Amino acid sequence: MDWTALWLSVELAAATLAVLLPGGLWLARWLARTRFAGKALVEGLVVLPLVLPPTVLGYYLLVSLGAGSPIGRWLLQTFDLRLTFNFLGLLVASVVFNLPFMVQPIQRAFEAIPPALIEAAAVSGLGRWATLWRVELPLAWPGILSAAVLTFVHTLGEFGVVLMMGGSIPGQTKTIAISIYDRVQAFDLASADRMALLLLLLSLLAVAASFFATARLMRPRA
Amino acid sequence: MGWAVGAALAPAWAQSQVTVAAASDLQFALEEAAALFERQTGHRLRLVFGSSGNFFAQILQGAPFHLFMSADEQFVFRLADAGRAVDRGRLYAYGRIGIIVPKGSPLKADGELRDLAAALRQGRLRKFAIASPEHAPYGMRAREALQHAGLWEAIQPRLVYGENISQAAQFATSGATDGGIIAYSLARAPQVAALGDFALIPESWHQPLAQRMVLLRDAPPAARAFYDFLTTPAAQSIMVRYGFAMPR
Repeated sequence: MDWTALWLSVELAAATLAVLLPGGLWLARWLARTRFAGKALVEGLVVLPLVLPPTVLGYYLLVSLGAGSPIGRWLLQTFDLRLTFNFLGLLVASVVFNLPFMVQPIQRAFEAIPPALIEAAAVSGLGRWATLWRVELPLAWPGILSAAVLTFVHTLGEFGVVLMMGGSIPGQTKTIAISIYDRVQAFDLASADRMALLLLLLSLLAVAASFFATARLMRPRA
Repeated sequence: MGWAVGAALAPAWAQSQVTVAAASDLQFALEEAAALFERQTGHRLRLVFGSSGNFFAQILQGAPFHLFMSADEQFVFRLADAGRAVDRGRLYAYGRIGIIVPKGSPLKADGELRDLAAALRQGRLRKFAIASPEHAPYGMRAREALQHAGLWEAIQPRLVYGENISQAAQFATSGATDGGIIAYSLARAPQVAALGDFALIPESWHQPLAQRMVLLRDAPPAARAFYDFLTTPAAQSIMVRYGFAMPR
């Protein structure tokens, strides 16, 4: 069992959640509430990482952020910042490829809130923040929860993007999925078996827990 | 915010370690040599295995490796020409290839590939594994050996390609193929040797696998110490045990 790799994956998933949850909430609510020309394009961009092969996404991130690219050189010269082959680079990639997993369920949840409820809240004298906090978020909560769980589990298992731009460096970019691949190539099938099983159980547990919680939240109160 | 999270979570020791990018044929021999070096010096090494061609591309993109141990010297020379290496490096070993046939395969392990040729003629060869001849040196040499034997055209529809030589060895011994051409250094490892029969392919059938290593820019002193260690008799005797020939 490669505990370093497992811990790294958990750290990456937690950091992705920390960055993407506030950003994704804001973006999802904005998309749910606003109509404007070109909205379909923005929604398309959000969903793009879902339909793009992970290797294509990883390749583009590698060549656009790598030391050979203008962006990569600018980041290095201005901020002494490298975004390839390190944890921060994986975090950037992870935020990008999880965008649809975070935004889509939350956007659907916000869209499902009847506008009449928001108007009623305004009429009752609730401010915008109080409406968000006391009316919208409680109603959208199941969507937010499943978005967070999907993002977390999806980060744990992501392989293609990490393979392309990670470099498989232990403690930095060698995530649990990469470690499984590595162990198979080292003819260490026993370790690969254990890690694969653990990842399967973790994923199943997380998804089942989110379904359970959602079902409880959605149950009408007596 | 992303930067703060990343900086806080990246382990502090990560910077002080030596990271070695090594060709996959070194998987077992280098683990052993590195363990000896760590015991003797107290330095810590991080070994990353993969195909030499992929490492070459990653280093050009700025991958933070300190020592690159290629299975082929051309990649090292090209890195030196690109200004990424401190010099043109040092030869550390010559590799060999051979055919491995897993238990239960209808093929015979024959270094001159006669049974492979017969199997192809009779249409009884199902799948055969080699490393990618595009970017993996052991795949390039496997292609040359198959060309030498006059089998390259006929065998192509039967080939499966490993991303690097370890993966090719995995494919060749898994039972999903009838066999494959792999590195002698992998076949010498007990966990691989137990899976099938192996026979060396004549050295004259392919270009030499002149394995060269080079220190990259920003390599710390410990990386140079390992670089020097690898050409000492202690390290070389490990390499020889895994079937490598030493440069004179």
